[in-house]
Amino acid sequence: MPARRFAGSLLVGVAVVAIVILLAAFRDNALFTINPYVYFAGYVILQYVLIATAWNILGGYAGYVNFGTPAFFALGAYTAVFLIRTVKAPLPVLILAGGLVAALLGLGIGYLTLRLRGTFFSIATLALSVVLQTIIMNWEFVGGSRGLSVLRPPGPPFGNYVVFLFTVMAGLAVAAVLVARTIERSWIGRGLAALRDNEEAAECMGVPTLRLKLFATTVSGFLLGVAGAPFPYYVTFVEPNSAFALDYAVNALAMPMIGGTTSWVGPVLGAVLLGTASQLAIVTISSEMNLFIVGVVLVAFVVLAPEGILGLVRRLRGR
Amino acid sequence: MAGALLEVNGVVKRFGGFTALNHVSLHVKTGERFGLIGPNGSGKTTLINCVSGSLHADEGRILFDGRDITTLPAHRRTRLGIARSFQIPKPFTSMSVRDNLGIPMENAGHAHAGGAETEQILREIGLAAKADLRPAGLTQIEMRKLELARAMAARPKLLISDEAMAGLSHAEVDDILAILFRLNAQGITIIMIEHIMRAVMRFSERIVVLDAGERIAEGTPDEIVRNPAVEKAYLGE
Repeated sequence: MPARRFAGSLLVGVAVVAIVILLAAFRDNALFTINPYVYFAGYVILQYVLIATAWNILGGYAGYVNFGTPAFFALGAYTAVFLIRTVKAPLPVLILAGGLVAALLGLGIGYLTLRLRGTFFSIATLALSVVLQTIIMNWEFVGGSRGLSVLRPPGPPFGNYVVFLFTVMAGLAVAAVLVARTIERSWIGRGLAALRDNEEAAECMGVPTLRLKLFATTVSGFLLGVAGAPFPYYVTFVEPNSAFALDYAVNALAMPMIGGTTSWVGPVLGAVLLGTASQLAIVTISSEMNLFIVGVVLVAFVVLAPEGILGLVRRLRGR
Repeated sequence: MAGALLEVNGVVKRFGGFTALNHVSLHVKTGERFGLIGPNGSGKTTLINCVSGSLHADEGRILFDGRDITTLPAHRRTRLGIARSFQIPKPFTSMSVRDNLGIPMENAGHAHAGGAETEQILREIGLAAKADLRPAGLTQIEMRKLELARAMAARPKLLISDEAMAGLSHAEVDDILAILFRLNAQGITIIMIEHIMRAVMRFSERIVVLDAGERIAEGTPDEIVRNPAVEKAYLGE
């Protein structure tokens, strides 16, 4: 199967790049003496691998387009802020709690799908971010609209804190991709594809559509919350405009669409390409330009290659 | 009722102020070839939607195999043995014809031996040569056949064929009819909704006529064609 072979070669490619980076680092005789900015930017790219993969479980597999990514991401981040301020919870607890709270929100929007389909569902999720951001802006304990400084805990297990966070995010991204891949290849993934194609027909063919949709929104929400939970320690200053940034909504949707939404490979491909491109744009051109680039690339793909890079590859292989 | 596979008792369905079904009752016997006819807008598809679970009846009860299914969601009814085809084909467009059958097989057919059975259904219905195509590459009649094949993959006791022949040529209608006769011979009870009178009259052992949401007649094909109420419903006074 070409798609699988392609996925295999992609994995090998990623592994090779990782090894080259590691070797380069060791040649300099320390993993941590290479420019810390590489880790700083790398974190963002990995975070987008996680976000795009999470979004795609609902948006790609089930076909329910979620514009509310910032709400889930920020919910993870602010759950972490709350737990840092109240009990100084350790990072694993923050990640788990951030995921669980966002999963609850996901379950909630899952019930929305009972009444809202297509565009109407998407509009409702758009409103979600606005509502949640307003609540956070008026909640002084987590910083309100002014924001809040967060102190990183002393002494990460290895390296400096940015290297540590980079490693954690790498682990989370890989885990999310594995989750997505497992779902995709199970009866759940096939059921989601059926309901994406035609929900009424899927239900009439025995697919428990409501249960599958709730599963997809909950898992997707959980992973988006997980992506946001380490954010306070990464930026060390959390304020609503950065936690609820439009970038998350746009990128979460653009990356899978550019890579291809029907396979776990798509979001990874899209996130790595687009994430790297926009990090380079931020450094070389301007930080304002990067969303513009994403927009242009997205429009180009929607018009020229609606099935993303994976679709292009499939077409070139004559399938 | 003894021997009844499906019993519909006093079902009412309203859409806002419009009553689509007004206390409709009927029963279908095990193994029967049952025809449901009526002019456009008479409530045939609404009734079928209430039976298959796409809609829920406002009043009345629906029993299948002696079990009250009135409030069950559609996928549970499919697992109990009610399968349907859609008037306007609703294939899973991103999957091959074979994978289209895989969905009901996996979710309702209680079969993990899927492979062989899928191939057998495809052969029986005459889609074996198209198994690897996506539905977009099918002709109109093949699309109707896919609807029937997919319903068969759910291993139904009751198959509801909702206008599977609309828009087909004379020979194609005969083709679909032959398939339905064959399925019935295998023991599957069939409800046929159809506008093509030649087909319903030939196929059905018993027919119920709906008009404006009410049941106006029941009988054998011969009795139905001679029924003045039916004539009035179709042709006016």
